[in-house]
Amino acid sequence: MKKIETITDATLVRQYLEGSEDALSKLINRHQQRIYNFIYSKVFDRDVTEDIFQDTFIKVIRTLKRGKYNEEGKFLPWTMRIAHNLVIDYFRKNNRMPKFDNSGDFNIFSVLQDEDLNAEKLMVKDQIESDVKKLIEELPEDQKEVLIMRIYRDMSFKEIAERTDVSINTALGRMRYALINLRKVIEKHDIVLTKY
Amino acid sequence: MEKIYFNQPPNKKVEKLNPKKETIQFLLNYSKALSIIEGKHMSYENLLN
Repeated sequence: MKKIETITDATLVRQYLEGSEDALSKLINRHQQRIYNFIYSKVFDRDVTEDIFQDTFIKVIRTLKRGKYNEEGKFLPWTMRIAHNLVIDYFRKNNRMPKFDNSGDFNIFSVLQDEDLNAEKLMVKDQIESDVKKLIEELPEDQKEVLIMRIYRDMSFKEIAERTDVSINTALGRMRYALINLRKVIEKHDIVLTKY
Repeated sequence: MEKIYFNQPPNKKVEKLNPKKETIQFLLNYSKALSIIEGKHMSYENLLN
């Protein structure tokens, strides 16, 4: 029987830090599908996924080469976290960008929709969005995923169920618990999320 | 509750995707080209093409 040799991520990271480019190739090869599909499950666009995947590993490479990576046997979760943060950055940038439709008609209201917000209100609005995002970050991964897809990506529960490979009842249940948990945290800490 | 949303439950599996070979090659080349130069108080990135 053929012996299967398994080199741990920690060993590959160490080999890479010692100058082995082949170790990096193995690390990417080992985790590429999982990371790529994780990104795609959030953005649903192959080109954007490709960009975020590339940026994720650029960040990984730079951090490793700078000696800033603390090995705790958690290479994949660390890389997934980087990818996750880049996905959030992508949505954050897109939400703030003025959107133009492709009809050829210029719609001034698509650019000026927040015109009535003064600097203070904008700051409050940003703060609330930021607070809510922090609260969402505290949710269990499966609940957070469903909530982001439903609220930020406006996906139907049917789509969410398909994307997360669970039944629609499970997706609905996760959303319900996500909202219950958010409400609990907000009440427990007396957090005020009022716009003005 | 499922019936409220659609008639048939989803059983379609999501296709597993992989990055392009060009992307992987770019990353490997980037890694080879990147070097970090440590200064007294800062470190500098050097990219050799």
